[in-house]
Amino acid sequence: MNMLKGRVGLIMLGTALLILPFVLGMAGTAWVRITNFAVLYVLLSLGLNIVVGYAGLLDLGYIAFFAVGAYVYALLASPHFGIHLPFWIILPIGAFVACIAGMVLGAPTLRLRGDYLAIVTLGFGEIVRIFMNNLSNPINITNGPKGVNLIDPFHIGPINFAKTDTFAGLDVSGPIKYYYFLLVVLMVVIVINRRLQDSRIGRAWVAIREDEMAAKAAGINTRNIKLLAFAMGASFGGISGGMFAAIQGFVSPESFILNESIMVLAMVVLGGMGNIWGVVAGAIVLAFVPEVLRYTVEPAQMALFGRTLVEPEVLRMLIFGSALVLTMRFRPAGFWPETRHKREFIEPAEK
Amino acid sequence: MTSTLLEARGVGKRFGGVQALKDVSITINQGEIYGLIGPNGAGKTTFFNVLTGLYPRDGGEVLFAGKPLNLSSPHEVAKAGIARTFQNIRLFGNMTSLENVMVGRHVRTHAGVVGAILRSRSEREEEDAIRRRAEELLHYVGVADRANDLARHLSYGDQRRLEIARALATEPKLLALDEPAAGMNATETAALRVLIEGVRNDGLTVLLIEHDVKLVMGLCDRVAVLEYGEKIAEDVPAVVRADPKVIEAYIGTSAH
Ligand SMILES: Nc1ncnc2c1ncn2[C@@H]1O[C@H](COP(=O)(O)OP(=O)(O)O)[C@@H](O)[C@H]1O
Ligand SMILES: [Mg+2]
Repeated sequence: MNMLKGRVGLIMLGTALLILPFVLGMAGTAWVRITNFAVLYVLLSLGLNIVVGYAGLLDLGYIAFFAVGAYVYALLASPHFGIHLPFWIILPIGAFVACIAGMVLGAPTLRLRGDYLAIVTLGFGEIVRIFMNNLSNPINITNGPKGVNLIDPFHIGPINFAKTDTFAGLDVSGPIKYYYFLLVVLMVVIVINRRLQDSRIGRAWVAIREDEMAAKAAGINTRNIKLLAFAMGASFGGISGGMFAAIQGFVSPESFILNESIMVLAMVVLGGMGNIWGVVAGAIVLAFVPEVLRYTVEPAQMALFGRTLVEPEVLRMLIFGSALVLTMRFRPAGFWPETRHKREFIEPAEK
Repeated sequence: MTSTLLEARGVGKRFGGVQALKDVSITINQGEIYGLIGPNGAGKTTFFNVLTGLYPRDGGEVLFAGKPLNLSSPHEVAKAGIARTFQNIRLFGNMTSLENVMVGRHVRTHAGVVGAILRSRSEREEEDAIRRRAEELLHYVGVADRANDLARHLSYGDQRRLEIARALATEPKLLALDEPAAGMNATETAALRVLIEGVRNDGLTVLLIEHDVKLVMGLCDRVAVLEYGEKIAEDVPAVVRADPKVIEAYIGTSAH
């Protein structure tokens, strides 16, 4: 009975997700794009969840791996170097390069925890961005602040993700195609996350988060297992970055500022660290709310006062900030916490 | 014929101005219950921490099962076959009891990220075996009824037992217990004693730090006494108990 209910729910959710882009498309293609970026944020949050939620390593520079993936894609599929590899080759390369970057970050920081780790990772994120900004001299690798333009869209056989195709009388725009692609990637990433969570490695991550010294004494090679968390998280970031570059058609260092790292961290924490569905929900909410505000704040003020009193951007950040503060005040473990964290935050500490 | 399991030679450890261990040498035989006693602050816990690689040592070496232990790598110590518990219980509080013990299987199992993601058949079989072994161990120490409760919600005595189960999950040759009876009532202590004897009868060697002198004297085959980081006696309980130096050490600090 319960299983039947679950299955019906799943089918309904699946159907909703399948027709969603067409419904959104009626409100304008912009909303499909916004949805795509929201899914990218979900992917990023799930990657960061491994590092922060499972292994308990506070990483404030996570967007660097997104940047690495995006630049790998941009450089291997654009006129910049005249290289045009297909996406299914570049995405794994991007994941691999990001994974290496994750280990480069991880290796020297393994002895650090908490605040110290946060500061070093924050620095790492900025260093990567500054590199992207300056690697145009003496050899032009990244094209500096101007960024890389005219990035190839995905191609699957004859289907070009930058163009609208008509399938069975249905117009399928580029963003809609990306949407379906992202949906498939998202499902794969969720399955991977769940399987990792209930595995020998996943338990070792949580053990390190809970008590590193006890984890060591219980026989866990904490150095390797932490590196693995950084590497896995970074790989997810790299794949997401590659898709971002293709969807956007353009990358520049500006997209990878500290604010973005903080945003992704906020998604993980707000939704509920360590709980996959919490993280997914947190990312969706935080990705959509600002966009909804962006589209409603100005028209609403025009209708009410006949002019714009508060810039949408200002109000957006104000509401956004207050929401975060209130959440942390009233639901400190996030909206949908991992049961473990929930108890940890809500019960008074014993001992 | 008894064979030596562990031989510590000239182990030293200093914290700033405190010489916590001074040239400590002990020998533990295969299959015995070896007691380590001494007044508070004598260096017993420090000896455990050095032995299990959690604190860097200042000198000395340890031979275990005939081979030198790599004391700079705690997980290699665990792999070599030394498992421990902590004086101030250190469980993974927000994991279930069962998961805590499953973590102990880490060092004897192999599944990596790829196996976990693909759920390969060997990975699934290993995972089943980990779970089964963990359940057995929960039964063995007597906390099976709390398998799915968070470790932090267990009673004090159950937490101590759970920590022993986690240690046993690593398949140790030597089980090192740091004041396992601390905070236990008489009934719990009696049950603990049965548990420790059972562990030894199953072929393990036990290194026991204990404050409860009666428990140590009744349970241990041999006892070493530390005072101010130095070993002042090592013998069978009856001899140690009668040693004037030991009596002095205990009377000198019996105020606590
Ligand atoms: N991490 C540490 N840092 C500084 N001093 C320590 C540390 N651990 C133990 N000590 C000191 O070493 C001495 C021995 O402590 P310990 O090994 O805990 O004694 P015991 O377990 O026999 O009661 C004490 O003086 C204690 O204060
Ligand atoms: Mg002690």
